[in-house]
Amino acid sequence: MDIPHLVEWTIESIVIVVGLIAGFAYLTLFERKILARIQVRIGPNRAGPWGLLQPVADGIKLIFKEELIPNRADKLLFVLAPVITVVPALIVLAVVPLGPDMMIFGHNVTLGIAGDVNVGVLYIMAVSSIAVYGIAIAGWSSSNKYALMGGLRATAQMISYELALGLAFVGPILLANSMNLMDIVNAQRGLLGWYIWLQPLGFIIFLLAGIAEVNRDPFDMPEAEQELTAGYHAEYSGMKFALMFMAEYDKMIAVSMIAATLFLGGFWGPFVEQIPLLGPVYLLIKTIFLLFVMIWMRATLVRFRYDRLMAFGWKVLLPLALVNVVVTAVIVLVGG
Amino acid sequence: MTIAQIIFIAISAITVIASILVVASRNLVHAALWLVLSLAGVAVLFVLLQASFLAVVQVVIYIGAIAILIIFAVMLTRRVMRETKPQVNRYWWIGALAALLLFVTLVVILNQVPSAASSVSELPLPEEDLLSMLGTALVDVDGFVLPFEVASVLLLAALIGSLVIARPIKLDAEEGDEA
Repeated sequence: MDIPHLVEWTIESIVIVVGLIAGFAYLTLFERKILARIQVRIGPNRAGPWGLLQPVADGIKLIFKEELIPNRADKLLFVLAPVITVVPALIVLAVVPLGPDMMIFGHNVTLGIAGDVNVGVLYIMAVSSIAVYGIAIAGWSSSNKYALMGGLRATAQMISYELALGLAFVGPILLANSMNLMDIVNAQRGLLGWYIWLQPLGFIIFLLAGIAEVNRDPFDMPEAEQELTAGYHAEYSGMKFALMFMAEYDKMIAVSMIAATLFLGGFWGPFVEQIPLLGPVYLLIKTIFLLFVMIWMRATLVRFRYDRLMAFGWKVLLPLALVNVVVTAVIVLVGG
Repeated sequence: MTIAQIIFIAISAITVIASILVVASRNLVHAALWLVLSLAGVAVLFVLLQASFLAVVQVVIYIGAIAILIIFAVMLTRRVMRETKPQVNRYWWIGALAALLLFVTLVVILNQVPSAASSVSELPLPEEDLLSMLGTALVDVDGFVLPFEVASVLLLAALIGSLVIARPIKLDAEEGDEA
C-alpha cells in the first residue's frame, strides 16, 4: 500500500461519488425531458438554457424545506434509514472497471477502484442485498400504515427479484470463467464478443430484475402513488426525501452500468487500445443508452398489479433464469 | 499496537456489544437490527483474516437473506411499532449454561495456543488462488464432495417441504379452496 496507489484510489473514489451525485441530478432532468418528449410536451426549459439549471433549483428548494419527523416515529432509525439507503447505491460501482490500464506520470493506473478483485460479482450481490434494509427500516420507523405497506412490498419485491438477478449474473461468469469483472470485460472484445449475443435471455432477465430491484415502473409497486401515497418515503421531507430519491436514481445508474459491463462489452469500443481514456466514454454512452431504455419503459408501460408482480418474479423470471443457467452450463461444459 | 490490532479490537467490541443488545433489546425489530450489526462485524473479521469470499458470502446470506427475512416476518406478523417483549423466557438458564460451557472451552483451548500464533499479523498466504481452491475442494472426490452433496439434498428437502406446507389446502368442491 504505497502512497501513489492511495492517491489513485482516493481520486477515483471521489470521482465516482461526485459523478454519481451529479449523475443523479442530471438523470432527473434527462428523465423529465424524455418523458415530456414522449408525451408531446416540452419539459423543464425555464431555469438556464434548455432547463440545464433545473436540478440546481430543485436541490436548493429541497435544502430549504422543513424537515419533519413524525411524533411517534422511531427517531434514530427514521434519520438513519435514508443514509442506509443511499450508501449501497454509492459504493456498488467500486468493483466496475471503468477502463483499461494506462500510464500516467510513469505510474500504471487502473481506471476503476477495484475492478480486479476476484469476488467482484459477489460484491455487487452483497451490496445490493444490503440496500433492502434502508427501505424496510424507512417503512417501519415512520409509524405510518401506508409507509409500512410500501416498505413491506418493497422488501418482498426486492428479495424475490434478487434471485433472478443473481442467476442472471451466472451466465457471464460461466462464459468468462471468472467472477472478476475485469476478466468478464476483457473476454468481450469486439462487437461480436459481447455477451448479449450469447446470453440474450440472460440480458433481458437481468434488465427486468434490475428494474424491479430499483423499484422503477412497471415494477414501482412500493411507491404506487394512487394507493400508497408514495409508499415507504411518505413521511420523509426535505433533504431526507432527496436522499431516498437520490438512492433510486443512483441505483438506476448502477444497474445500467453493471448491465453494460456484463453484457455490452463494458468499456471496450473502437480505438480503446490506442487511447485508454476512451474507455470510460464508451461505458458512459452504453450506460446512458440503457438509462434511456428504462425511462422509455416507464413512459410506455403501466404498473403491474401486486400479486401479478410476485407471480411474474417467482413463476416466470426465476424458472427462465434457472433454465438459462443450466443451458449455459451444459454448453460451456460441452463446447469449452 | 499495529493498525490491524486496533481495527480488530474495535470491530470485536462492536460485534460483542451488538450481540448483547440482540438479547437485551425489548423491541423485536431493534433486536433484529442489532443482529445485523453483529453479523456485519463478523464479516469485517473475515476481511481482516483475508477471507474475502467468506466475508462477501456472510453479507449475502446472513445479512442479505436470513436477517431480512426475520425483519420481514416480524413486520408482517406483529403489531410492529409499540410491541415490546420480556428479554427472558423460562429456558434462560439452559442458554446461560451453554454459553458458559462454550466460553470455558474456548478459554482452555486458546490457552494451549502459543502466544506467538495468537498475535495479529499478516497471514502467510499460499500462492494459489484461495477462492478456486475452495471451489475445487467442494467438488473434489478426495475433498468435501460428500458433505457438500448431503447439504444440497438437505436444502432441497427443506425447499420441497416448505412448498408442501405453503400449498393451498384443497377442501371439498362445495367449500372452494381456502388459502
